[in-house]
Amino acid sequence: MNTETLAAWSLLGVYSACAVYLMAFVAFLVDLARRSARTPAARTPATATVSSATVASAEGGSTAVLVNAPPAPPADQVGAKPSRSARVGVALTVVGLVVHTAAILLRGIAAERVPWANMFEFALTGTGVIVATFVVSLLWKDLRYLGVFITGLSVLLLALATRNLYVDVVPLPPALDSAWLVIHVLVAILATGFFALATGLSILQLLQQGREGGRLRKARLMRTMPASTVLETMSYRLNVVGFVLWTFTLVFGAIWAERAWGRYWGWDVKEVWTFVIWVVYAGYIHARATRGWRGTPSAVLSIVGFVTVLFNFVVVNVFFTGLHAYSGLVAPTSP
Amino acid sequence: MASFRPSDAISAEPEEDSRADGAPTLPKLGPVGFARFLWRQLTSMRTALVLLLLLALVAVPGSLIPQRTSNPNGVASWQRDDPELFRTLDSLGLFSLYSSPWFAAVYVLLFVSLVGCILPRAKHHIDAMRSRPPRTPARLSRLVAYTEASTPLDVETAVAVARDTLKKRRYRVERYGDSISAERGYLKETGNLIFHISLVGVLVFVGLGDLLGSIGQRVLIEGQPFVNVQADYDTFTPGAWIDPDTDLAPFSMRLDSFEDRYSFADNRWNPEKFTANMSIREPGGDWQPRVLEVNSPLDIGGTQVYLLGNGYALDVTVRDPEGREVFSQPVPFLALDNNLMSMGVVKVPDGLSEQIGMRGFFYPDPYARTDGTLGSFQPMITDNAIVTLLVYSGNIGLDDGSDSNVYSLKTANLTELAGRDDPLTLAVGETVDLPNGLGTIELNKVVRYVGLDIHRDPVQGLVLVFTLLAIAGLLAGVMVPRRRVWIKVLPAADGSRVEYAGLARGDDAALPAEVAEIVRINTEALERRMTT
Repeated sequence: MNTETLAAWSLLGVYSACAVYLMAFVAFLVDLARRSARTPAARTPATATVSSATVASAEGGSTAVLVNAPPAPPADQVGAKPSRSARVGVALTVVGLVVHTAAILLRGIAAERVPWANMFEFALTGTGVIVATFVVSLLWKDLRYLGVFITGLSVLLLALATRNLYVDVVPLPPALDSAWLVIHVLVAILATGFFALATGLSILQLLQQGREGGRLRKARLMRTMPASTVLETMSYRLNVVGFVLWTFTLVFGAIWAERAWGRYWGWDVKEVWTFVIWVVYAGYIHARATRGWRGTPSAVLSIVGFVTVLFNFVVVNVFFTGLHAYSGLVAPTSP
Repeated sequence: MASFRPSDAISAEPEEDSRADGAPTLPKLGPVGFARFLWRQLTSMRTALVLLLLLALVAVPGSLIPQRTSNPNGVASWQRDDPELFRTLDSLGLFSLYSSPWFAAVYVLLFVSLVGCILPRAKHHIDAMRSRPPRTPARLSRLVAYTEASTPLDVETAVAVARDTLKKRRYRVERYGDSISAERGYLKETGNLIFHISLVGVLVFVGLGDLLGSIGQRVLIEGQPFVNVQADYDTFTPGAWIDPDTDLAPFSMRLDSFEDRYSFADNRWNPEKFTANMSIREPGGDWQPRVLEVNSPLDIGGTQVYLLGNGYALDVTVRDPEGREVFSQPVPFLALDNNLMSMGVVKVPDGLSEQIGMRGFFYPDPYARTDGTLGSFQPMITDNAIVTLLVYSGNIGLDDGSDSNVYSLKTANLTELAGRDDPLTLAVGETVDLPNGLGTIELNKVVRYVGLDIHRDPVQGLVLVFTLLAIAGLLAGVMVPRRRVWIKVLPAADGSRVEYAGLARGDDAALPAEVAEIVRINTEALERRMTT
């Protein structure tokens, strides 16, 4: 198959993945609706009373035995029985991700290089990584309540990418023809995946705080979700991973810039925004360690951080001129 | 203990209330007290945080307004479009934001705050590493993952076993009475401190690089030699602390040939590869061939040479009516589009009856557009390549330096001799007459040129070292948990009771699992001790 055919198949894959994500989005939405309809009394409160597991001594003290141990952590904060629609949502998301991954691979094969050399490809691969981060995180914690946010965001990004950012496969311009393209951009994409997930949790945290503070009393849906402090801690951990990855993005970018443009830092618009994002997340991490800045302020910073990430990707790439003019939408100048 | 961290850090211990009598004491601040108050404010977490966010905020305008360093053309067009606004913004330093005093004010304050925070923390950390783990709390049951177990062993043996267990798990241990206090994860704070100290290092050496380095540009035409002295640069910006006469590395270089490769896709020619075949000569040596490519700079004795641009240079000869050469040299043309339709200026100040300036447009593979203007089909040069020249006479601005830019010609005060409707047109090897019998112009040949950036930054390696140190510190700071664990042994009727508990210092979700693991290991150890 030639480049055009492969690229066409890839695009078909993107549309299919988009459609499957949309179905997953609906399934997750149904799940949320069911959750709010469920009677909260059926659930045991999250602050379970401390029960002590007492093990009787079998041979009357001839061996070391546990007398009093902390309760085993609850198997699941949200409720042991996942709703059917949530399971359907996860299954659909996984199917979508498989199709999506195939589309990314086909694009890479068609171009004979990494599939993140222009904005369309960055959006394509970046969205895939966001969904993959979500799916993998399900092995860590039950974050299915984030499904609506993640699949919704993915449908939106993929639709925007195919509608507004699509470009045909073109060879790499010399300035991008470097091993650093693989490393620098891949790390940036991974960081974006973690930031996206953390942002979803921060939004939920704000809603949950509202409910806990008595303002959103009617948000029964939120009763099925973890306490705001739990959401905040999870969001923090993901953001810290994202921050470390973003630090690598910034440093690898600087090393590459030194190779390609002869200076490691030149306040090019993209460099400015990479720096701004890094500083905002550094601020977020400090906010978590500062009295009076936990809770709402740090959640807001987490969300602001992701807004700057999206701004950096969409607005800066399309509307600003700079050395990082690699959207492929405008004719690139010589190196 | 109370002073090692800013008082508003969450992990800081609460300060003791000095107003034990309950009466409100208003601060009486002398100059020293006020200075101390200011210092405490500046080094508080809240101030550091606000300064961080402020730094992010003040960096943003630099992406909205063109900067002299990264986008000089953008600055020039702002100046042209709205001189009034330009003057206002420029007086605020907004076109060189990142070297403006108020941007510097934010990051200098931030780093002062950072240093003020780090120094006491570093001292405390060193003290903590030298001192013993803290005393065992009276009641462990209030701590994380409190666990009780019983063993038939006597207290002394159980304490010894506990000590072994914790030591094997790489805790620093200390016995207090019949309990073992253990702490680990000092690397977390070490990493944190290294991260922040390294940021100071990065800032210092970035600044030093500006002072000790130099940046220059040069358009180098095929066959021309370049000697690394200030006079041979087109533009040259030395750092404040260097002497361009002595500090530039002594070498020469020359462009032997230039190759490009394009492919046609998505309805346009896309560059794939640019290769400049250079020759380099260092003192005492011969010319050595070196290949220079995009993303692959040359390093010549600590000076880096980058390939940033390329184009066609037109070798033209102008003769007076008697046939004497008055001008003969290659003139670099700047690309106007992807297909290397290029523009250049030929200025002939002397030798003809009047000064003439010519604005030329070069088409490597010309074709006529439907509106009659010319375009270029492809960036590769063909036998059809032509240049069209608009000819002007008058003061071309070279004598008084009013128009010394070699790529521009200010035509406002010049007389047009050949305009858009009747330009001179010539192909390679052709000669045409200049208007008004001024003489002739010949296009001898077309050669390639490269746009080179030549940099020297003797300390950029140190910037990298501190950056890598910062990353190592960051990784240690976020990955290593700092935790305390206690094992207390109490006498019981039929042996001993063993109590376990932990205390997290910072975010540490895995602590309960860690205590549970210690309980398991220690219980096994106790049982092993019983059987021996």
